[in-house]
Order: sequence, then structure tokens, then C-alpha cells
Amino acid sequence: MAAGNRPLSPHLQVYRWQITMALSIVHRISGVGLALGMLLLTWWLAAAASGPEYFDMVHGIMGSVIGRVILLGFTGSLYFHLCNGIRHLCWDAGYGFELGAMRNSGILVIVATVVLTLGTFLIGYGAV
Amino acid sequence: MKMTDRSLRTPLARVRGLGSAKSGTHHFWIQRLTAVALVPLTIWFALSIASLATADLPSVQAWMKSPLSATLMLSFLLAGFWHMKLGLQVVIEDYVHSEWTKVTCLVMNNLISIFLALAATLAVLKMLLGG
Repeated sequence: MAAGNRPLSPHLQVYRWQITMALSIVHRISGVGLALGMLLLTWWLAAAASGPEYFDMVHGIMGSVIGRVILLGFTGSLYFHLCNGIRHLCWDAGYGFELGAMRNSGILVIVATVVLTLGTFLIGYGAV
Repeated sequence: MKMTDRSLRTPLARVRGLGSAKSGTHHFWIQRLTAVALVPLTIWFALSIASLATADLPSVQAWMKSPLSATLMLSFLLAGFWHMKLGLQVVIEDYVHSEWTKVTCLVMNNLISIFLALAATLAVLKMLLGG
């Protein structure tokens, strides 16, 4: 079957952007990002298990400015995927499908993500 | 269906039992099950790691020597890597259309997920049980 040139749906460019659609896309992107986070976690755990020299090296990289920016992205992705995942679980249970509720829960997810991410960084680097 | 096909079987009868994966609900269900488990585990994980952000190695190892921390971390790793594998599988199935590339990606996804899960688990066990 010639699968090459058939038009594919969805045509993202013809839609007016709205919060439900944006969060759905970010959910998937953050999920892929979290896979890289799991790679980072494995590296950190392996470093902690292997000994002081290697751990200090990994610790130094993660504590650098670039390292902290990456960790901020990891933390933000984690909280977004968590909050929006709870939203998805509510939908799976049949709740929150009304347009207004969907919009409000989306806004709540964004606010919660920002608050939790900043709060967690305050716990981690509060003294800095 | 070909126009020349004289069979009296309906299109539904012809495809019944020939489903693509035959286990679609299993994927769906495990993804939800791990999602539910990951709600409390992720909150614990994020707060624990944050409080260890500037900790030195002995503090990290002492934390992982606690049976409670180790059990929660192993639970997080099991649910997390499983959920990750299922999620990446869907992304690959959605965006990779060439058959051979898709199969290769799906196999690599399985193998890399299992490899990382084992490596992380072993690191936790080493800290928990080692000297």
C-alpha cells in the first residue's frame, strides 16, 4: 500500500491554539523529557554507588549552572507530568469533561507546576 | 476488499481475531496502574532528591541505607521505568512510520529501558546492602 503521500491528521496549523491542546502536547514532550531525567537519575545513583571520586565529578556537573538549568527542566517536567497526569486519571474516571472544567483544571495544572517547581528548588538550594 | 472477491464473509468476519496487538487493554491498564502508583512516589522522590541536592556522598549513602528509602526508591524505579517504556512506545508508534525503523526503535526502547532499570536497581541495592 502506498503510505507515502497520504495526508495525515491532525493538521496542527489549522487549529486556533487553546489550553487543552497546548497542555496535551506539553504532556507528551515532558514525558519524553522525563525519560532523559530517568537516564540522569540512573547516572546519579550509579555514581553514588561507585564511590567518592566519580560521585564528586557527577555532583559537580549537576551543581553547575548548566546542571541546575537541566535539573530545573527535569523538576518542572516531573511536576507538570504529575499534575496533568492526575488530570488525565480524573478524565479516565469520567470526571471533568465540561469545557469550563477542562479549562480551569488546565490553568490549575500550570499554576501548581510553577509553585511546586519553585518550592522544590527552594528546598534544594534555599541557602544559595 | 477487492471488487472481484466473491466471498460471502462480511468484512468484519474477515478481520476478527486479526487485531494488531491483541493486548491493547494490557498496555492501557498497566500505564494507568503505574501512573496511580507514581503519584505519591513522585512527590516523595522529588522532595527527597531536593533535600539531597547539596548533600555529600556519605549522606546520600546513609539515606539509601534506610530500608524505607530504598524500598520507596525501588518502587519508584520499577513504576517509573515501566511507565516510561509504555509511554515512549506510544510516541514511537505514533511518529515512526517506516516499518523497519519502527520495529528497531521499539526493540531498542525495550532493551534500553530494562538495562537502565537494572543498572539503577543494582546501584540502590549496592548502597543498601554494601559495606
